[in-house]
Amino acid sequence: LSSLSSPSIPTRPFRLAIIGSGPAGFYAASRVLREHNKTVIDMYEQLPVPFGLVRFGVAPDHPEVKVTSTLPLQNLANRPSQNCQDRFEEIASLPNFNFIGNIRLGQDIALSTLRPHYDAILFAYGASNDRLLNIPGENLPNILSAREFVAWYNGLPGFSNLPLPLSKARNAVIIGQGNVALDVARILLSDVSELRKTDTPEPVLAALSQNTCETVHIVGRRGPIQAAFTIKELRELTTSSRALQPVPRTYFPADLKTLPRARKRIAELLLKPVPSPTPPRSTELHFLAAPTTFNSEDGVLSSTTFSRTRFINDPFDPIARVEADNTAQSLTLPSDIAFRSIGYTASAIPGLEALDVPFNSARGIIPNTQGRVVTSGNGEVVPGMYVAGWVKRGPTGVIATTMADAFETADAIVADIGQIAEEKQSDGGGWEAVSAQIRDKVRTVSWAEWKAIEAEERRRGEKLGKPREKITSVEEMLKVLDG
Amino acid sequence: VSSRSRHGHVEKPKPGEERKVTFIDKTGNSHTFEVADGANLLDIAQAYDLDVEGACGGSCACSTCHIIINDSDMYDKLSEPSDDENDMLDLAFGLTETSRLGCQVEMTKELDGLVVKLPAATRNLQKSDFEKS
Ligand SMILES: Cc1cc2nc3c(=O)[nH]c(=O)nc-3n(C[C@H](O)[C@H](O)[C@H](O)COP(=O)(O)OP(=O)(O)OC[C@H]3O[C@@H](n4cnc5c(N)ncnc54)[C@H](O)[C@@H]3O)c2cc1C
Ligand code: FES
Repeated sequence: LSSLSSPSIPTRPFRLAIIGSGPAGFYAASRVLREHNKTVIDMYEQLPVPFGLVRFGVAPDHPEVKVTSTLPLQNLANRPSQNCQDRFEEIASLPNFNFIGNIRLGQDIALSTLRPHYDAILFAYGASNDRLLNIPGENLPNILSAREFVAWYNGLPGFSNLPLPLSKARNAVIIGQGNVALDVARILLSDVSELRKTDTPEPVLAALSQNTCETVHIVGRRGPIQAAFTIKELRELTTSSRALQPVPRTYFPADLKTLPRARKRIAELLLKPVPSPTPPRSTELHFLAAPTTFNSEDGVLSSTTFSRTRFINDPFDPIARVEADNTAQSLTLPSDIAFRSIGYTASAIPGLEALDVPFNSARGIIPNTQGRVVTSGNGEVVPGMYVAGWVKRGPTGVIATTMADAFETADAIVADIGQIAEEKQSDGGGWEAVSAQIRDKVRTVSWAEWKAIEAEERRRGEKLGKPREKITSVEEMLKVLDG
Repeated sequence: VSSRSRHGHVEKPKPGEERKVTFIDKTGNSHTFEVADGANLLDIAQAYDLDVEGACGGSCACSTCHIIINDSDMYDKLSEPSDDENDMLDLAFGLTETSRLGCQVEMTKELDGLVVKLPAATRNLQKSDFEKS
């Protein structure tokens, strides 16, 4: 085909569609634009508002991870470095970047509609489903996923009416020991007056101020050396109002120095005694326990039973595995509310097949090598198709990890641009061509419109003395725009 | 990205108080600047358009500004990292004995002539963070 092309035809910009506006999408966009400025990017997002889990996952008491632009201007002036959201704003303000919000790919518009009009499509749509434990009692009221709770306290549209028994709860049980579990524990044990200074939605603050939780149990199948949590989040569970109960010494080697650096520092923290005076509320970590049943009284969750596990290999190896230990007595923990925190998982967007993009349901990822989508069978590259972020490597890693991985994908895209141009698979019509086909069917939201929604959130927040009051339903967001 | 000039500006050094700092970038090229006391390494690198991220805006809450002090004697002249900085360094890619967070290291007279390396942000293969346990 390339022999037909005349060299005198001016080359049009490289046209890239990005599906998802979380850190993976934005960091990939920034890298591609930096390396190949003759690119036009259309970023599609299912919500009217951008940033994915930066807005709806990262806890409200971690504002430094999200925004500095809400700080008063004089502070910003002293802080020339930008954080990730500032960075994303900068990218979005470029003329060759379009944000197209409130459009759900695979539902509001078929993926196959995009294909003819883009040189490349980058899947960066994250991982937003739950895993189930599949144990008896899991459908009882007052058992929810950490994901739902996180979505609620962060104001994700669709979650504002989550039924929560917080005003009657003493004991909360969280199954799983990643940082999401620690976020949930921290919010459950938080000082509401501190949260008022954050962008936690008002109805959430109202519910949390009725919260009577005293003890949060966080339970894992393996030991503290194998747990997925990181030290910063653990340290945040030790304040004057909440204690972190020390872990038995036997979980650690006699000489802590034999542990890798990060694990050794965690061990030191977990062995620290509770300070006096004893804080009123606390977190207890339980190890080597696998949930078997949720028990109820009068149809309401009352306790959770765990069977014991034991190490198969060296207990001090960070990747040691466990098996059921049928000789040990089971553990039952009082539970007024219980959370599954066993990981987010991605699912396939309807219509991937039409683009020859496979999906590995077992791993919850789109198969790829360095971000280039590959077929599941022989691992052949599917031209023009890319993946980044949690749907690329599974739901693990902080924003920094996601950034590194988005850069890897972006570098692959940039390296392929020449070849893609030669193959001439697309007309490069981009959003202009796509929008002509869906006119009037979808009320999309532009970047300027998102900024209008945000301005309204800031205005509402200002009255309440907080950085913003999030609008928590799509209808209301659109009402800000359309009246 | 064209509007990079918006990235930090760092104070100009006063005459006679110029401190030299050299960054070795991911491709091995050296860049030497004269900067003022008090400027932190992340701000300096970003002001001069070097490829360093500061995902949390310099508030010691990520680890994207990880840098490596080239010389261990120089490393020893730095004040000890805080618990918070060590907590984030635990997550840095390719951590070394002389790793620091760029946003937490400020230039001083003693650090005149400092040489730092910007590590290549390769994929982090450590099993950690937001995963199921
Ligand atoms: C509870 C929680 C707390 C966290 N806290 C921290 C923290 O404190 N610090 C830190 O560094 N990291 C934290 N992380 C990790 C961080 O959020 C992730 O590394 C990162 O957000 C992953 O980026 P992503 O772009 O792959 O996915 P996401 O951020 O999930 O972005 C995906 C985007 O795609 C959109 N989308 C999905 N489907 C479609 C579709 N069909 N059509 C159009 N758009 C679609 C979504 O709405 C979303 O906006 C946390 C994660 C969680 C879950
Ligand atoms: S910029 Fe985040 S830790 Fe330095």
